Amino acid sequence: MTRTIKVDFLTRVEGEGALIIRFKGKQPSSVELKIYEPPRFFEAFLRGRCAFEAPDITARICGICPIAYQMSACHAIEDALGVRVSPEIRALRRLLYAGEWVGSHALHVFMLHAPDFLGMNDALEVAKIHPEVVKAGLLVKKVGNLLVTALGGREIHPVNIKVGGFYRAPTVAEIGALAPEIEQALLALEGQLDWLAALPFGPFEREYEFVSLRHESEYPFCEGRIVSSGGVDVAIAEYESVFEEYQVPHSTALHSRIRERGAYLCGPLSRFNLNFDRLRPRAEAAARRLGLTPPVKNPYKSILARTVELVQVLDEALELVDRYRPPEPASAPCELCAGSGHGATEAPRGTLYHRFDIDENGAILTAKIVPPTSQNQASIEADLFAMATSLAELPPPEARRSAEHAVRNYDPCISCSTHFLDLRMEQEA
Amino acid sequence: MKKRLAVWKFASCDGCQLSLLACEDEFLALAEAVDIAYFLEASSRIKNGPYDLSLVEGSITTAHDLQRIQEVRRVSKKLMTIGACATSGGIQALRDFADIKEFTSAVYARPEYIETLATSTPISAHVSVDYELRGCPVNKRQLLQVVSALINDLPPHVASHPVCVECKLRGNVCVTVAQGTPCLGPITHAGCGALCPSFARGCYGCFGPADSHNVEALTRLLADQLSELEITRIFSTFNSGAPAFREQHDKLVRLRVLGKQGS
Repeated sequence: MTRTIKVDFLTRVEGEGALIIRFKGKQPSSVELKIYEPPRFFEAFLRGRCAFEAPDITARICGICPIAYQMSACHAIEDALGVRVSPEIRALRRLLYAGEWVGSHALHVFMLHAPDFLGMNDALEVAKIHPEVVKAGLLVKKVGNLLVTALGGREIHPVNIKVGGFYRAPTVAEIGALAPEIEQALLALEGQLDWLAALPFGPFEREYEFVSLRHESEYPFCEGRIVSSGGVDVAIAEYESVFEEYQVPHSTALHSRIRERGAYLCGPLSRFNLNFDRLRPRAEAAARRLGLTPPVKNPYKSILARTVELVQVLDEALELVDRYRPPEPASAPCELCAGSGHGATEAPRGTLYHRFDIDENGAILTAKIVPPTSQNQASIEADLFAMATSLAELPPPEARRSAEHAVRNYDPCISCSTHFLDLRMEQEA
Repeated sequence: MKKRLAVWKFASCDGCQLSLLACEDEFLALAEAVDIAYFLEASSRIKNGPYDLSLVEGSITTAHDLQRIQEVRRVSKKLMTIGACATSGGIQALRDFADIKEFTSAVYARPEYIETLATSTPISAHVSVDYELRGCPVNKRQLLQVVSALINDLPPHVASHPVCVECKLRGNVCVTVAQGTPCLGPITHAGCGALCPSFARGCYGCFGPADSHNVEALTRLLADQLSELEITRIFSTFNSGAPAFREQHDKLVRLRVLGKQGS
């Protein structure tokens, strides 16, 4: 029997791509997540730019997670220049990063991913049946944006971030005004935990090698060691000795694998599974209410892990706001010099690695940037391979819907390399 | 009948279309007021054209996109670009100054798999555009204002003065006069609300050149604080494809080459 199922677009992701599943008889033979987002060549045109320009330039890789790019770039360049920032600057960076996680996770949980579980096309359809859920989601998202705007000037491509810290430290009054907003978002979110826990999750599970940062005392955004459920435990500077990028013909985004081992998973499920003991009590309570205990191997439950992380960072943001003291000075002094530096932070969708080599005038010689979605491409393909036989049994519209749902589990930000996805199932002769 | 809105993406970071979703207080109301007929980042519901208003994000960098933008124009009664990529080529237009083959080899081990054009061009280089909204990213208040104006067949109301005026309106102390900080405020299009100077930083020109500007005079002022290389970099960031910035960049590069030959 020859069967071709063709779907035109992958929606509710950031970027452009297509999906082809090939069958030999009834058995799937290959899965290709084709990413044809036009390449933008960041690593090429960063060469020759001043190292201090890297945070503003790399932010433009992704409009959803610009702060992740700014933070990884700052860390890498500070590493190269031998700059250490004060505890106050570090705390303010955590608050800023918390804002990005809140905005990005709330967008994905309530507006992009939740409609899949209800068989709906978008959050507007969800709002017709469950208006209180979407309103709560929008409120949480708004508070994420408020945080980023207060610290960075605007929610997308904020302007106040520099190598060494901030251009201007917000006043105590500016930060203090955020406390009631954050508390309100937490309560709104906690009001939706039971609704989220009751979403229909199938039995699908797979064995993944989970990878994330791990910090000695905190749930990870910045700093720590890179660890995995398969025994990896290295300093950030050793990243490239463990992980390697490789190119496949069907994607403009480079793939990534653990050397001599293969695909791995980064993002909320990995962070949750590897750092459960670093959750704050309020987030742990949320995990209990959601019925989530590590190790979680069902990729669809990433929506619940994101929700736990929302509680985690909102609760931490409250504490950071409460303890806020403006850093003095707002930024550590930085002198340009030759060097190499590494930085890795946890973007909402997974680990984001940067390396810069800088010459004696402070110009960038080489830039290496490994975004989370490119690291997860191989796992997305493996998930789809594992479910291909059951997808083939579905009528075409449902097959497409299910495949898209499986891709969206990863909150793929394909603009870091993608927009529409064209699902094809091909029968090989 | 409700007017039909479409949102399209070309080479970009998605930040400008995300600005629509960042209108948390207005998004549900917007969806009531217009029919969001095509917006892949937000919805799997896809309605065929024609569309009353198309918002276009991103620049043209592939042969396929050269054709696609013609199709978008064909199905759109009005077409508005959103942001620096669609309006002036974006940061990816830095390839215009380089050899694209070398760029491809620098990033990809197998450059032969990659299809791309040697340039990153704005939408207006290929089709007629009814309105261009600037910014990297756009300002979401301006976005809402212009969308509601165009949907209602009213003229958009977006100030075209430079960022300097916004600083005065905001009551900021001038960062150049008071701190000697280099600032593109005098030549940069308004719209952000003078964000950078409000954070003790000079404007870096992410809204592109103002309609009326004196780039040459500002360059002389910048030369008091910055090296030629630094000034060249300032004119080659997120709007390097905007003619006023591109010409100044190219002129400075020529002068530097001549200077090196002379020395």
